[in-house]
Amino acid sequence: MSFQRYDYDVISNWIEPGERVLDLGCGDGSLLRHLSEHRQVRGYGVENDPERLLACARNGVNVIQIDMEQGLAGFDDGFFDHVIMSLSLQAMRNTQGILKEMLRVGHEAVVSFPNFAYWRHRQAILNGHMPVSKNLPYQWYDTPNVRFFTIADFETLCEQEDIAIHERLAFDEDKVIVEEPNFLASVALYRLGRNGSAGG
Amino acid sequence: MTQEQSIGIVVPQTAHFSTPLPLKSGGALAEYDLVYETYGTLNAARSNAVLVCHALSGSHHVAGIDADSGAVGWWDNLVGPGKPLDTGRFFVIGVNNLGGCYGSSGPNSTNPATGKPWGADFPFVTVEDWVDAQARLADQLGIERFAAVVGGSLGGMQALSWTLQYPERVAHALVIASAPKLTAQNIAFNEVARQAILKDPEFHGGHYYEHGVVPARGLALARMIGHITYLSDDAMGQKFGRTLRHDKPVFSYDVEFEIESYLRYQGDKFAGFFDANTYLLTTKALDYYDPAFDYDGDLVAALGRAKADYLVVSFSTDWRFAPSRSREIVYALMHSDRRVSYAEIDCPAGHDSFLLDDPQYHAVLRAYIDNIEV
Repeated sequence: MSFQRYDYDVISNWIEPGERVLDLGCGDGSLLRHLSEHRQVRGYGVENDPERLLACARNGVNVIQIDMEQGLAGFDDGFFDHVIMSLSLQAMRNTQGILKEMLRVGHEAVVSFPNFAYWRHRQAILNGHMPVSKNLPYQWYDTPNVRFFTIADFETLCEQEDIAIHERLAFDEDKVIVEEPNFLASVALYRLGRNGSAGG
Repeated sequence: MTQEQSIGIVVPQTAHFSTPLPLKSGGALAEYDLVYETYGTLNAARSNAVLVCHALSGSHHVAGIDADSGAVGWWDNLVGPGKPLDTGRFFVIGVNNLGGCYGSSGPNSTNPATGKPWGADFPFVTVEDWVDAQARLADQLGIERFAAVVGGSLGGMQALSWTLQYPERVAHALVIASAPKLTAQNIAFNEVARQAILKDPEFHGGHYYEHGVVPARGLALARMIGHITYLSDDAMGQKFGRTLRHDKPVFSYDVEFEIESYLRYQGDKFAGFFDANTYLLTTKALDYYDPAFDYDGDLVAALGRAKADYLVVSFSTDWRFAPSRSREIVYALMHSDRRVSYAEIDCPAGHDSFLLDDPQYHAVLRAYIDNIEV
């Protein structure tokens, strides 16, 4: 594998050995590969980009080419233990729809996203420019991101949608941020469940 | 990567079987021949064999150049040294199915019981029967387990069926431009094609060989209907549009539009070499295929005994075997806890795309096949 992202270890720790895992927007499949090597998961990726799909096939992971914006209609309720969306939620138009779908087909959802309220991003805006950083590596005119939100925004949405936050970890690069995450963290990872369910 | 090369000259072989083959339609074929070709070399562990299953009008001549006719194999762009299905690594087998007209036992071969052509007396054969016959050929060639079984369209149904009939004997199945069963619309197209043949005055109840004629008009018409459904609206529009042979309407039933010319040419060409009884039998095999039938239509339950890994591929403009039909297979496999990958190739050529060499299509096949362990 070419490189490992620090969030792989966090996600890996949230997955029990042998689970069924669905990775939405799975890229080149390296997270799935990591999880199958370290957690022996029965994993499937969803990817609609032909180049990335090809990379998954080369990586030897199961990948299914569908457009997630259309939902996950072919997937049975509760089939997966975990449904993961790693650093892709900001590139989805139908945010509420996909969160609902993730918690329909999975017992838990794992979501990570770049925090647009990270202090360096705020600084960039104060200086008059849209932020460009390691986690937001695009210029405003070529970004695949279509939803720009913060840790605070996301948690408001979860409350509104009756989504239970089972756990949150926030990071600045690979450093865990406990205080003031909405200001100091560049990336947040969540373990989410359906409210009323015990979760895990 | 090895440079892509042709296999070169190939010569078909014939295997004779004298143990009766029980058929799904009842009864059995007492003895039969299968014509096949092989490419590459079977390794010492006999672990690198790949079976390629043909579709409606295909044959055992998958790749290379036929020694007699000079014809290039129907999937030559896929199979050969350095090609996605690399014969430098794999031992590839193509076989003409039972009921075919390319040398395997079929309606136009001699019924050993009568010494005359089988004609309409050749029994109905199904996808499952074909797979059983292919398994016997594998036995004869000393192949216990295939590294992969590959097929497009009706060939994809055979690949899928292999993994259900012989779960221990297939490591990977590549199911391309296929479906878990035909829709009513798809059966309807087959029925129109069959009626064209059955109603041809020269059909003679399927015993036309004895009359020294062939139901060529019916067969040509059947092929024309098929051809329309194998192409996309866009592809046909781009290729032929409304181009008129005389540049203006001449108010005649002769060929005016280029699409008419194309369809008539394709129909007549096909009727010149293909057997009408084989066409009838094969379209029925397509119609009957339904592995979930014995499971109250529950495909997940039907796939429960499978042990293979799968690659499923469909094409965006294929409306005869639409992507949604491939997705049915994919979801059922996933819900049966099978390893499965699925690619939906954006290709304008309709159902025929599976025979073409679209770069993304062949790259996906190559990537998947490269990871097959032998």
